[in-house]
Amino acid sequence: MSEIQLTINGQAIKAAEGETILETARANGIDIPTLCHQEGVTPTGACRMCLVELDGTNKLLPSCVTRAADGMVIRTDTEKLKRYRRTILELLFAERNHTCAVCVSNGHCELQSQAQAHKIDHVNFDYRNPQLIVDLSHERFGIDHNRCILCGRCVRVCDEIEGAHTRDMRNRGIATLIITDFDQSWGEASSCTNCGKCVEVCPTGALFIKGLGAGEMVKNHELVPGLVNTREVVHAKN
Amino acid sequence: MQKIKLATIWLDGCSGCHMSFLDMDERLLALSEQVELVYSPLVDVKHFPTGVDVTLVEGAISTDEDLKKIKTIRQRSKLVIAFGDCAITANIPSLRNPEGAEKMLGSIYVDMPVVNPQVPRENLPVLLDRAKPLHHTVKVDHYLPGCPPSADAIYHFLTDLLAGGESDVSCYTRFGA
Repeated sequence: MSEIQLTINGQAIKAAEGETILETARANGIDIPTLCHQEGVTPTGACRMCLVELDGTNKLLPSCVTRAADGMVIRTDTEKLKRYRRTILELLFAERNHTCAVCVSNGHCELQSQAQAHKIDHVNFDYRNPQLIVDLSHERFGIDHNRCILCGRCVRVCDEIEGAHTRDMRNRGIATLIITDFDQSWGEASSCTNCGKCVEVCPTGALFIKGLGAGEMVKNHELVPGLVNTREVVHAKN
Repeated sequence: MQKIKLATIWLDGCSGCHMSFLDMDERLLALSEQVELVYSPLVDVKHFPTGVDVTLVEGAISTDEDLKKIKTIRQRSKLVIAFGDCAITANIPSLRNPEGAEKMLGSIYVDMPVVNPQVPRENLPVLLDRAKPLHHTVKVDHYLPGCPPSADAIYHFLTDLLAGGESDVSCYTRFGA
């Protein structure tokens, strides 16, 4: 693989051709915030948190799905980008009913920690307060749509890692909802293998292990990247 | 030195933010040299005074009475601080918001197996259909998130404010903290 050179935040960086801007940045100690990104599964560029500025274009680029190219001059931390990221986070808080204080993931939530990192101390938009269901029909796990940010990590991990494709999304836009099988309750979804990988990759308290109280749901972020790594090692051996 | 006139109040809150305020412990003594507590559930003053410098408001706007109170507070305070998550996001009181106040009252006082099912209304403030954050009703000058904000967060916020500077307490607190 040939080597390319680019500049991120004024820092000269070497990267392997084929890497995304996000991978290159993180490999060089430059963090770009993400919410829908999940190491080990296909990136989708859905959440727009990872947008970066590229010299020579007015378009902001989602760094998780944009390949680094030779000669690129990129900025990841301008005031404009920070403002957009804060707006994205505020819109996510306003869209559903998050109520951090009584959430199973309080203190271990990526939406909450991103809000703190971006110094969000209030939400400027009116809260929509939609009526959404909590599906507790599965024996071990639950899904609380009030806390879902539609990142799609659970859909991708179920499809690409477990190979079950139990999960998908129905409807579009603000009406989008995560579903199991043919929009049945989770407990009736016969394709679900009960593996729980969707729970571990969920960035918020939307997917959780039943029986836990506020703040008790701690996700295992290493599980899926670890599985992917093991598969690659085994594959290389064969 | 002229002392800063501080007021504190709770609207639809659980008093937890005020308990956290008391958790500043001996630092309260240091604060009391710069601050005069002119109105608060912690002192015996019946009416919200005029000419207040800073008011810490705990709790969401949940009733017609809260609405009246917050308007008076805003008129009589130089700075209004949304104190804790209920004041900032409507937090726990907002759990009723998806269904609205009437349905919540019915599910508690009528639908439950009770002896005399009726929604209490006499001498009670009328619940707004949705609990609201302070800044959706009046102008708010500063926000101090947390459920409750820790004593450290409150102390750093107040000392920064007394020093005349902007306060960044994001390292001490967050939504739900």
